[in-house]
Amino acid sequence: MYALSIRNLTKTYRNGVQALKGIDLDVQEGDFFALLGPNGAGKTTTIGIVTSLVNKTGGAVSVFGHDLDTDLEAAKSCIGIVPQEINFNQFETPETIVVNQAGFYGIPRAVARERAEKYLKQLQLWDKRKAMSRTLSGGMKRRLMIARALVHEPRLLILDEPTAGVDIEIRRTMWEFLRGINAQGVTIILTTHYLEEAENLCRHVAIIDQGRITEHDRMSTVLRKLQTETFVLNLREAVAQAPSLPGYAVTLVDDHTLEVEVGKDRSLNDIFVRLAAQGVDVVSMRNKVNRLEELFMRLVAKDGAGAGGSTGAAAAAAGSAGGARAHGGGAR
Amino acid sequence: MNGATAAAVPASRSRAREAWIGYRTIVMREFGRIVRIWGQTIVPPAVTATLYFVIFGELIGRRIGEMGGYSYVQYIAPGLIMMSVITNSYGNVVSSFFGARFGKHVEEMLVSPLPNWLIVAGYVSGGVVRGLLVGAVVTAVALFFTHLHVHHAFLIVAAVLLTSIVFSLGGFINAVFAKNFDHISWFPTFILTPLTYLGGVFYSIALLPGWAENLSHLNPILYMVNGFRYGFLGVSDVDVGFAFAIMIGFAVTLYAAAVLLMHRGIGIRE
Repeated sequence: MYALSIRNLTKTYRNGVQALKGIDLDVQEGDFFALLGPNGAGKTTTIGIVTSLVNKTGGAVSVFGHDLDTDLEAAKSCIGIVPQEINFNQFETPETIVVNQAGFYGIPRAVARERAEKYLKQLQLWDKRKAMSRTLSGGMKRRLMIARALVHEPRLLILDEPTAGVDIEIRRTMWEFLRGINAQGVTIILTTHYLEEAENLCRHVAIIDQGRITEHDRMSTVLRKLQTETFVLNLREAVAQAPSLPGYAVTLVDDHTLEVEVGKDRSLNDIFVRLAAQGVDVVSMRNKVNRLEELFMRLVAKDGAGAGGSTGAAAAAAGSAGGARAHGGGAR
Repeated sequence: MNGATAAAVPASRSRAREAWIGYRTIVMREFGRIVRIWGQTIVPPAVTATLYFVIFGELIGRRIGEMGGYSYVQYIAPGLIMMSVITNSYGNVVSSFFGARFGKHVEEMLVSPLPNWLIVAGYVSGGVVRGLLVGAVVTAVALFFTHLHVHHAFLIVAAVLLTSIVFSLGGFINAVFAKNFDHISWFPTFILTPLTYLGGVFYSIALLPGWAENLSHLNPILYMVNGFRYGFLGVSDVDVGFAFAIMIGFAVTLYAAAVLLMHRGIGIRE
């Protein structure tokens, strides 16, 4: 059984914007699934429809076999959602927020309190349980939304950019926590602009662009579609001009740094041999951006060009690339 | 009983229990909010009621004499209690539900399996709780100034409950359509307050010229105030049975409208 099955889903907003143009998507039970796309591609609209916060225009959605049109309450019981924007009452305490959320799912107060303690402790919020939520830091607020989403112990957890604006240490702690939840059998759907995050965590991926799914496969299969990767080589000695490497696109970034595009059919050994022959000594090497990001940018740029230009999509992709670089993504 | 039926009964009981827990959670959250901001919810109506009783009841009322066979302060006491119930039931739901929309924490309920009819019922119950709390406070204030005769206790309770439900529903519907904080004060300021003051709180409509008396019959608050006053004093400007029919009619219609708005997602779903 699929945790989530979407068929021919369409959404046209009242202002005429066609956010979804008939998407099909299947997420297997127990999967850790990445839903990626540039800003405005349709990710949040899709999640909004699945969680009943957005009315669909057409198509069908089912969660663990429960159709949203005919068995809405059962479908909702299976889902936990961590939205992109903070959406709890900031004048309530974390404990009240989590316990009340359990109440909305029909969980008795005593059980709700036990679970609130469990998840607030796991997410390192127990010391703040009596604090006014508006006084929490950004990272704490995001973790509070995860605790709230888990309190009814959903089978499907959907996280819409859960680590946006969170420092790298907390982000890595959250990754470990999510891996643990997934290992316990909870299916996780993740949207993120940190593509390093998706590559590290997720087994399957779908890329959505301009309201259509453009890729939907295993992460490893999708990554194999990357025809070229760009490597950054750090040189021991300064060079005045880029060494000659016929068959490769080489850029001299500065006198100690080279960028080399390497096709799938070529070998890195070949580059090192040729550089050594020219007396160029490489001290370290890394990917320019992580592999999924490189593929993502190429796919979005290609689709944008095919559709008559998608400046916004390309800009968003470039923006996300910058974000990943800033946080040290893609080290090999 | 076959196996399928046997399984269906516990399942329906379980759903009913879950619904009850969900409903109780909304009501307790609303109660918590009322108590947390008691300086905004409970105290102001007590102060306002005291001023009304001092000025209209004592200072001006003594010069007016009797109305409907009772002293003026006795006559207006049920109206003042009802006015505070109307204002606070409406105000509680409109500010709480619009606040939940504005802060987006309404989504906590929308993503849960709570059915729409239960969400409406929860918020309305919160409005009724505040209406009754404030009504009790204003009644206590009234007892400092006058003796409150009880003609028919059941009608008092029925009238105050129905009126509180009607205006809680009104507040809910206002909150659904409101796009900013101005929109939640517009209706109370320009519609609710005039209708309340012209709804027989301070006078018997028998004192009005014929056209004004006839026009007053179009004001639904007239029926609520008079139904409530009848429970205390046994006097009314309107037929009491018709007054209760009006209250029940409004309550049913507005509840259906509120649930329909939720179902369509007006103001809460894209």
